[in-house]
Amino acid sequence: MKDARFTRDQLELRDGARDVLKDLDGQDPALVWARLVDLGLPSALVTGLNELDVVLCLEETGRAALPVPIVETCLVAGHLRPGDPRRFGAVLDGSGLLPWPDQAEAALVGDATGVWLLENPAPESLPAVDPQRPLGRIAPDQLPGPDGGEPLAVDAQTLARARRAGALGTAAQLLGLAGYALDLTVGYVRERRQFGVPVGSFQAVKHQLADAHLALEMARPLVYQAAWAQTHDVPAAGREVAAAKARASEAAALVARASLQCHGAMGYTREYPLHRWLTRIWALRAAWGTPTEHRAALAAELGLTGGTR
Amino acid sequence: MDLTWTPQDEEFRAEARAWLTANVPGRPLPSGDTRAGFTAHLEWERRLFEAGWSVVSWPRAYGGREATPWQWLIFEEEYYRAGAPQRVTQNGIFLLAPSVFAFGTPEQQDRILPRLAAAQDTWCQGWSEPGAGSDLASLTSRAVRDDAAGGWRLTGQKTWSTRGAFCTHAFGLFRTDPDARRHQGLTYFLVDLSSPGVRVHGFSRLDGDEGFADLFLDEVFVPDQDVLGPVNGGWRVAMATAAGERGLTLRSPGRFRATWERLADLARRRPGGLSGAALDQLVDCWLDVEAYARHTDEVVSRTVAGTTVGAEASLSKLHWSQLDVRLHELALDLLGPEAQIDGPWTRGFEFSLSGPIYAGTNEIQRDIVAERLLGLPRSR
Repeated sequence: MKDARFTRDQLELRDGARDVLKDLDGQDPALVWARLVDLGLPSALVTGLNELDVVLCLEETGRAALPVPIVETCLVAGHLRPGDPRRFGAVLDGSGLLPWPDQAEAALVGDATGVWLLENPAPESLPAVDPQRPLGRIAPDQLPGPDGGEPLAVDAQTLARARRAGALGTAAQLLGLAGYALDLTVGYVRERRQFGVPVGSFQAVKHQLADAHLALEMARPLVYQAAWAQTHDVPAAGREVAAAKARASEAAALVARASLQCHGAMGYTREYPLHRWLTRIWALRAAWGTPTEHRAALAAELGLTGGTR
Repeated sequence: MDLTWTPQDEEFRAEARAWLTANVPGRPLPSGDTRAGFTAHLEWERRLFEAGWSVVSWPRAYGGREATPWQWLIFEEEYYRAGAPQRVTQNGIFLLAPSVFAFGTPEQQDRILPRLAAAQDTWCQGWSEPGAGSDLASLTSRAVRDDAAGGWRLTGQKTWSTRGAFCTHAFGLFRTDPDARRHQGLTYFLVDLSSPGVRVHGFSRLDGDEGFADLFLDEVFVPDQDVLGPVNGGWRVAMATAAGERGLTLRSPGRFRATWERLADLARRRPGGLSGAALDQLVDCWLDVEAYARHTDEVVSRTVAGTTVGAEASLSKLHWSQLDVRLHELALDLLGPEAQIDGPWTRGFEFSLSGPIYAGTNEIQRDIVAERLLGLPRSR
């Protein structure tokens, strides 16, 4: 019978990840990565797990706002460089904007025409919206060989699957980031008192957070079911992942906005932790396709525009 | 997780589609919220019943075919896809029946449910009163014990009863213990609207149809056999209904998917193609439809596994009611100047605006989400 629930094993994997990640806040990225390796997450796809098995764990890495390229390594390199044990950076959208270049032992850099493998990338560093997610830009002349060299020899299907995987994993992280930001905000408005009562008892506050929660809970099943579609490589997987990334990005942005507003001035400082989740949400909203880009792709898929995909 | 349909589900869908294709009236029936239209819709309801499609998820003994919740969703999807008539019996099926299944005696179930399924009895709700809307527990209609006659005498006014002017029966809450506080002291009654002392006054909805009624009751006798659930325990009986009303039983995703398909057709037929803003909104509505369908998949999966749906039903209600408004607002935009003409889309638009109001206003739903799902302090 049809069943949209996760298995007990998948939920236990998630619980195990949450248990390990809760102690990693503020730790050095090298230590964080070592713990993820202990969990088996970076190499999950080559050890018999699939996207559906790991989607909840990736959500947890978002919840913890981990400062490491786990989506890039686990999912993107998992498809494009299966079995390669290195820590990967990846950017396939043609922007060349590589997150965590300092950590990446190798990078997968691509655009609409193909993807290139870059050893020990050392791009010019850029100021990043999220200070915990440094950025560098890989210029075309930094790709190997003359004129960027030969692209990685992967078939179009695998490349499409890797692109979807990056968007899917990022969507999962956005769910986790938004979930944590909302929890933090709920905790704050229950405690913070003005006019003699908790500010969370005011309808103007409650209704904003109810709407934020609604958006998040309605994005969640899209992400989970896209993970199923991606795992089973169904024909609609592209559409499913586009919907998931668009809605997870929008829901997370809405949660970020409501969280900041409901924290009052307290959210508007780096002295208080909320900013780490907000800046990560804003960065990931722009990575692996903005909502507008995914909507344009959906419009074509749904036969509403002449474009092809 | 397995999102594929079983062969049995596919067979069920094929059977439903074939029957609907052969039987759905070629021309739309007149509005079921008018007296003439109601009668035409009852004929349709009886055809549905005779073919075993009126209450697919019910036991066979009461006219159902014991469909799984998944098959119920499939039926709904096919029903709306086929453009089949509105269900004028829906308040009996979706609001009353869940409480009868949960709280009715076997005698009540045998007496009420088959006639309800066959559209022989038609039911309207008697919840709201002029002074009790969102604050339903403040209702003042009362029922006084009549021991000699073996029942109760009901007095008061109920309002906003859907299609009340055309229905044969009403269900609702009345105060049986005037000294008890609010939610206590209420009892759930089933009222034959042909009883002496009942006066029904129909009145118009926003669209002009006589879709509402006031029910005036003056010492109306209701026998003990028509008390549903425990005396003074009516709130809990009614809440079984309300959870159903807010949750998936009232608004299945198929309804919105079908509306979106019609909207997309409207958009594709538009001369000059779609503008950027309209295109974006159309895709956004598709995302809302898909999100609701996937959310419903999760709700159904949990229901099948034995978990009851609680305050999460408020999330569903908020989502579908807002979605329905957006779909119709976009339709009006696509119609351009034609939206000045009274037609199916403008009618649908006006009806969609009732969604955020009925079954607990969306303000109440946001309070429920904030208080029960997020754990924020109560403000009332």
